[in-house]
Amino acid sequence: MTARLVAAAVIVALASIPLWMGDPYVLHVLIMAGIFTIAAMSLNLLLGYAGQLSLGHVAFFGVGAYASALFSLGFSVHVLPGMMLSVQPTPVWLAMLAGMLAAGACGWFIGRIAFKVRGAYFVIVSISFAEVARLVALNWVELTQGPMALNNIPALSVAGFAFLRKPSVYWLVLGVAIACFILIARLVHSRAGRAMVALSENEALAASVGIDVTRYLVLATVVAATMAGAAGVLYAHYVRIVDPDVFLFIYTVTMAIMVITGGKGTLAGPVVGGLIFGLLPEGLRALAIGPETQWIVYGVLMVLVVYFLPQGIVPALRGLRLRSGS
Amino acid sequence: MEQLLQHGLNALMLGGTYALLGIGLTLIFGIMRVVNFTHGELYAFGAYMMYALVMKAGVNFFAALGLAIVLGVLLGALLELVLLSRLRAADIDTTMLVMIGAWIALQNAEQLAWTGVAVSINNPFPAAPLVLGPVSVAWNRVFVLVMALLLIFASHTVINRTKLGRAMRATFQDRDTAALMGVQIGAVHTATFALGSGLAAAAGALLGPVFVAYPSMGDLAAAKAFAVVILGGLGSIPGATLGGFILALVEELGAGYISSGYRDAMGFLLIIVILLFRPTGLFARKERIG
Repeated sequence: MTARLVAAAVIVALASIPLWMGDPYVLHVLIMAGIFTIAAMSLNLLLGYAGQLSLGHVAFFGVGAYASALFSLGFSVHVLPGMMLSVQPTPVWLAMLAGMLAAGACGWFIGRIAFKVRGAYFVIVSISFAEVARLVALNWVELTQGPMALNNIPALSVAGFAFLRKPSVYWLVLGVAIACFILIARLVHSRAGRAMVALSENEALAASVGIDVTRYLVLATVVAATMAGAAGVLYAHYVRIVDPDVFLFIYTVTMAIMVITGGKGTLAGPVVGGLIFGLLPEGLRALAIGPETQWIVYGVLMVLVVYFLPQGIVPALRGLRLRSGS
Repeated sequence: MEQLLQHGLNALMLGGTYALLGIGLTLIFGIMRVVNFTHGELYAFGAYMMYALVMKAGVNFFAALGLAIVLGVLLGALLELVLLSRLRAADIDTTMLVMIGAWIALQNAEQLAWTGVAVSINNPFPAAPLVLGPVSVAWNRVFVLVMALLLIFASHTVINRTKLGRAMRATFQDRDTAALMGVQIGAVHTATFALGSGLAAAAGALLGPVFVAYPSMGDLAAAKAFAVVILGGLGSIPGATLGGFILALVEELGAGYISSGYRDAMGFLLIIVILLFRPTGLFARKERIG
């Protein structure tokens, strides 16, 4: 019961921020932190629960962003010589669904093919997939405009209300984040979630008691990919410009640092990590530190966390609380 | 036909350095079970050391090459001692995360030290290409290939003919038994990482003067090294050597006949296709323990 009260208090506190915080820049930082926290939560499903170090996660984020942007703008492209595929601009909410579906489909594909290989090989396949996606976005100029980027992406509007102002986008992101949190909590406490944890603990044993390995790994990838796609979709219609840089590996690293620092395999971990690393760049910028130094700090922090907090912040705090006996 | 010949020749010139990169990575992976994400940074380090020595300090080109490789070996040994020596019992995911952190820190340190602007490095070779009938090749590329082949031969000799090489092979086969037989596992790990890093720095020092040096140049190099290792199979030096030439050929043909924009995608596509259809690599005899 206390856990629910704490959760409700946190949600109310987060939801109230735009009411007393008028600074649009602070809201912008919080919105971006929220979008990356959603992506980190989805990565946690693979990293923490299914035990797969998926380092191509940014591909799902980017595919969601590109697909949603393209459907809302409309596009026409040569599929085969002499055959054009044209799509008229679709309403933004429909484009958003299409973006999530596209990301989910990529997740299914990667889940099907990549789980033939495990461990380090899976990591390399997932990175390769994201890099191929980036190079396609860069070179398929007819569809993606390549380095010129997709511009003037419309903002989400529902029933005549456009999510243009920062407080409304903030609440939208918060709402999606809460929905994703609840979905993941439900999933990991279900039969499927226990199967995933069993796989990550000991795959051979899990398979021997009748757990369908591929099925649950594919399920985890599809859910995680769709969720990362949702984060990408929110990004596309908030920033309203998408370029091939959304596929950069550094964003996967950001998500992974959020998950690992917060605590992989815990529900609250990615949220804690997402808030820390979503806000940290701004703190470093306030100290007049350039982006290179900021990334150096990220890299060093990552090493230090693995050395000194291998389980992450949330499990470490939990351990402290248990030890103090409260 | 002439075009095909020229592509083949270009691939031959490039393949040697890819093989160097791949051998370094496959040694580290095979012997230490470490996925070395800093490999590309050592490559960039080699190129920038050439820039610093040749262009800034005015050192002779060939002396600078030797010095850059030695510095790469030293940096590799340092990385291993500082970052990895205390993680020898850790699982592969843990060391991978540490290496990713080190990679990001190193790359941005390079960016900070050398700024983001690409720099070119002069070489002492004649500008006129070597013409062989219908095809031609630049002299500096011939030098790169010769040096790469020499270094490949040297690493092969170290691994198959020296005591250190025997200790390395024993560690690769069975770490615990090797330790029981008196092999100093710690020293073998440091030596392996230093040797692999030196080969990556050598590749960078050789290719830096051919192309240009820029801080993120290591990313593509690392990706290509992974492709080469996966092509050749885990821990196999002949496999990595052949893999380097195959990757260069696929890239050349892809750039020549499909689209030059997708040149760098070829390596990644090759990785995905090979792992799908032949997860043990093209030449591996040993089952993969991923």
